[in-house]
Parts: sequence; C-alpha cells; structure tokens
Amino acid sequence: MTTTPAPVRTRTGDRAAPAAQPRRSRRRSTDGSQWIAWAFVTPLVIYLLVFYAFPLYRNIELSLHDYTPRAFVRGNAEFVGFQNYVDIFGSSSFAKAATNTALFTIGSIAFQYAAGLALAVFFRANFKLSAVLRGLFLIPWLLPMIVSASAWAWMFNSDNGIINAALRVVGLDPVNWLTSPDVALTSVIIANIWLGIPFNLVILYSGLQNIPADYYEAASLDGANAWQQFWRLTFPLLKPVSAITLLLGLIYTLKVVDLIWIMTAGGPGDTSTTFATWSYREAFGAGNPDFSPAAAVGNLLIVVALVFGLIYLQMQRKLEKQ
Amino acid sequence: MTGTRSLWKTLIALALTAVMLFPVYWIVNVSLTKTSNLRRSPPSLLPLDPTLEGYVAAFSQQLPQLGTSLLVGLGTVLLTLAVAAPASYAMATLNLKGRQGLSFILLVAQMVPAVVMAMGFYAIYLKLGMLNSLWGLILADSTIAVPFAVLLLQAFMSGIPTELLQAAKLDGSGVWRTFVWIILPLSRNSLLTVSLFAFLWAWSDFIFASTLNRSGDLIPITLGIYKFIGNNTTQWNAIMATAVIASIPAAILLVVAQRYVAAGVTAGAVKD
Repeated sequence: MTTTPAPVRTRTGDRAAPAAQPRRSRRRSTDGSQWIAWAFVTPLVIYLLVFYAFPLYRNIELSLHDYTPRAFVRGNAEFVGFQNYVDIFGSSSFAKAATNTALFTIGSIAFQYAAGLALAVFFRANFKLSAVLRGLFLIPWLLPMIVSASAWAWMFNSDNGIINAALRVVGLDPVNWLTSPDVALTSVIIANIWLGIPFNLVILYSGLQNIPADYYEAASLDGANAWQQFWRLTFPLLKPVSAITLLLGLIYTLKVVDLIWIMTAGGPGDTSTTFATWSYREAFGAGNPDFSPAAAVGNLLIVVALVFGLIYLQMQRKLEKQ
Repeated sequence: MTGTRSLWKTLIALALTAVMLFPVYWIVNVSLTKTSNLRRSPPSLLPLDPTLEGYVAAFSQQLPQLGTSLLVGLGTVLLTLAVAAPASYAMATLNLKGRQGLSFILLVAQMVPAVVMAMGFYAIYLKLGMLNSLWGLILADSTIAVPFAVLLLQAFMSGIPTELLQAAKLDGSGVWRTFVWIILPLSRNSLLTVSLFAFLWAWSDFIFASTLNRSGDLIPITLGIYKFIGNNTTQWNAIMATAVIASIPAAILLVVAQRYVAAGVTAGAVKD
C-alpha cells in the first residue's frame, strides 16, 4: 500500500528514485573516478560555503557582538557574548512576539489545512471544469507577495475597504482591521490562510490520488456513506501526507515577514509582531539599524525552524521504512 | 441523476473559486477605478466606469522597475541552473561519495529564514560595496532556488535509464559530453520547472529587495510597489494597476506551464 505521495518521495532527493535505481547507479561508477564527480559538484559546494555558510557565520558573529551602524562599517564591534540573547529574552517584545508567532503559525496552518483538505476531497470528484477550477486555485500562491498583501491591505481598509462595506450592508459595525490592536493579528492570519490554501490543496490532492479507488468501491458496497468514507478511509490513509503538509507549512509560516510587514509592519505597537518581523524591524525597519539583537532573534528563529525541520526529516525516514 | 449531481458540483466549485479569487478580482477592479471613485462608499463591485489612468501612471513610473525585475529574474535562473544542473548530474549518476550529506545540507538550507540570510548578506555586501547592485540581488535571490533546484533535478536525473548512459559510454562519450548531450536534453522538463520557479521567486522577492537594494536607482518591481504605497496612499488604482502588471509572469506561468507548476509544487513543496 503506497500512501507516500510524490512530494514525500522527491523531497528526499536521492532517496526519491525507486529503491533499485540508486543501487544501479552505484555500479555505474564512471571510470571509478570520484574526482570527476566532485568537479561537477564543486560549484555547488563553493556556492553553499560562500552564500549560505558565510552569511550564517556572519549572522552568528553579529549576534555575539554589539554592532552599531558605525561599528558595522569599521568592523570594530565589541564582543559581548550572549548579552544580546539575554536582552532579547528580557525585552518587552519577547512575550508578545512569541505568542504572536505561535498564534500566527498555528492559526494559519489549522485553517489552511482544513480548507485545503476539504477542497482536495471536493475536487477529487469528477465533474465538469474540475481540473480548470482547481488550476485557478493556484493563482493566490503564484502572485507576488507584495501584490496579495497590498490587495488585502486595501480590502481591510477601515474607511474604503470592501470588507467593511460588506459588514455595513449586513448591518454590522465596521472594524479597524489593520489599525486596531485587537484584530491586527487576526487580519494578517486571514490573509495568510488565503495564501496557504493552494499549497495545502495541491499536496493533499496529490496524496488523495495515491489512495486506490477500489477501497472506496469496497466501502460503498459495505454501505458506508460519504462522511464515513472520509473519516474511516480518506483521513487515516492520508495521515502521513497530512503530517508532512502540516510540518512544511509550519516551517514556512514561521519565516513569513513580507506579508505581515506590508500589511501592518507588525503593529500597532507589537500586536502583530512575530519573531521574523521583529528581527526584520530591528535590522531594517527603523531608521537606526540594530543588527546585533536582530541577528540574535534571527538565530533563535533558525533554531525553532530547525527543530521542526528535524522532526520533518525524522518523519520522512520513518515513512520510507514503511 | 449523476448528471444533475455533477452539475451541482460544478456550480459549487464555481462559487468556491469565485470566493477564493475575489481578492484577485478586486485588484483588477480597483486598478480600473477612477481616482475620484476610490473613496466611494460602498465601493462599486463592478468597474462600471472604467479608466486606464491607473495603468498610465503605473507604466510611466514603474517601467524601469519592471525591467530590473526581469533582469534579476533571468540572472537568477541562469545562476541557479549553472550551479544546480552539474551538481545534480553528479549526485544522481556519478556515484558521488558524500551525496547523502550534501542532500541533507540542502534540505536544512531550505529551512533558513530569508530574513536571517538577508542580514548576513547585508553585512557582507556592505563591506564589499555590493549593496544596491543587480549582481548582489541575483546572488541573494538564487539562494531561494538553488537547494530546491538541486533536489528536484537530482530526483529527476536519477530516473534516467542506465542503459542510455552506458550506451553513451560505449560510444566513447565522456562524462561532460554525456552531461551536455544526453542528460540535459532528457531533463528538459525538469529544467524548465526549476527555471520557472527560480524566475517567479526572484520576481516576487521582497525581503532581499528591501534590504539589499533599498536605496539604489535600480530597484525591482516589488520594492517599486512598496514605495509607491508609502508615498502615495491616495492612488490605489495606480498601485493596483502596477500589481496587475507585476502579476503577469505568474499569469503566464499558470496558463503556459500549469502542469510544470503542479509538478514543482508536489516535488519541491517550497514556498518562501
């Protein structure tokens, strides 16, 4: 029974090919010379060292010094050890950013996933225009973030936004979506859910394709209705795909900066600030860049992302063994 | 009976699509609205009195930014392919030792938040005087695409039949010739997928643009729109017209290459 979908397999890179393939390629060892192979990989290795490892190293270094913009240019910042990290944990923004990050990721992902799954099950049925409309659902995912974010900002506009206009039509009071401390976070979560639905739809849909149709035929013969088929069949069989969709969503939602920044800039106050936007604000958001705390927040974010990333890898390994 | 049920499903699907795409429709609607009608309450649901003044403003102010984004996008595609294609070939077919470790590093690299990379790049570029340069932005943008590209290409290339490669070897074709004349042509579709994604990510990038290219003359369109919003909160029709124009690559992608997009999503599952 193969419930492992395409994304799961291909994400693992070389383990992606059917099990026999890598073994065959190993025998195929061209001229037995490793150095030719390495010659082809060298650009990538240099690339990774120069454009990943070095910026990350610089980032760690930034977080351990006290860099002012002037020291930044001169390169003579004072080494302060973990002081920046201590400052961050003691900062008044910390608790707010932590809560917001948790609410933003969990809120976004729960609704994206639920909507994505419902749509995937719905579009699984064969009906006219099914493929075309499913294709159209991809649009929000392909639009540049600045486009979607500014569209939502305008729709959420207190005075001239369509959303408040709709509320007025049904007799409700308008809401200051982006400028009220109570709802700013909710507003960016709503926009982010909208952005994430296509991704969930596509992956879950491809997971559904791998559930054999005979199962459903057998279930129908046994008299199971659509609801029972979903809970007893679809949902359990889709679990591995679901888990990976949720974890990937988590990793990518943690990193979101642009959407929040464009819509609310993390405000008002800290009310829609997450770790990612906090880091961005410290470094680039204000007139006076504060690189050292920004780097410390950023490194904290890497650690969180890596924890979930390792869970993801662990899960993949488990799935492959099955 | 199944006919009516199918019809109902189509109607529901149409309604759902309409709801989902409403913000997209709204962008187009606002882009065609006259400035004097922008503050109307309630706003008109249809562009009854359409105007192109938003597009005129967009083109007169944002054309250089569109050009910059085009250059950055194409540069990112070329750099990504140049780094990723040979490496994928070696990892997929040349029995490279250390391949597992490299794959792991690439997976982890995808988890690094762009905001952190941006800070590192900023620190380095400041020293090297590479801020506000096209090359600097191309290099930074390519970091979004390179790990994805290697993993995707490698997965594809390891599926190329061994017999083909052995036959090439028997014909006296060297490793490089095999790569250029057999692997690359056979991988055309996956190369195309990777290129489309690399282009789209570079085109849509906001974080690197707003940190590494914030005050130069050559700003990309994402930053162009952002600054436009900042300076000009009254001309939302022009902002939305620019947004429509900036979305054209995505629209083309969706129409021309929809199956590659779906393949790419499921293969890479990456959206930054």
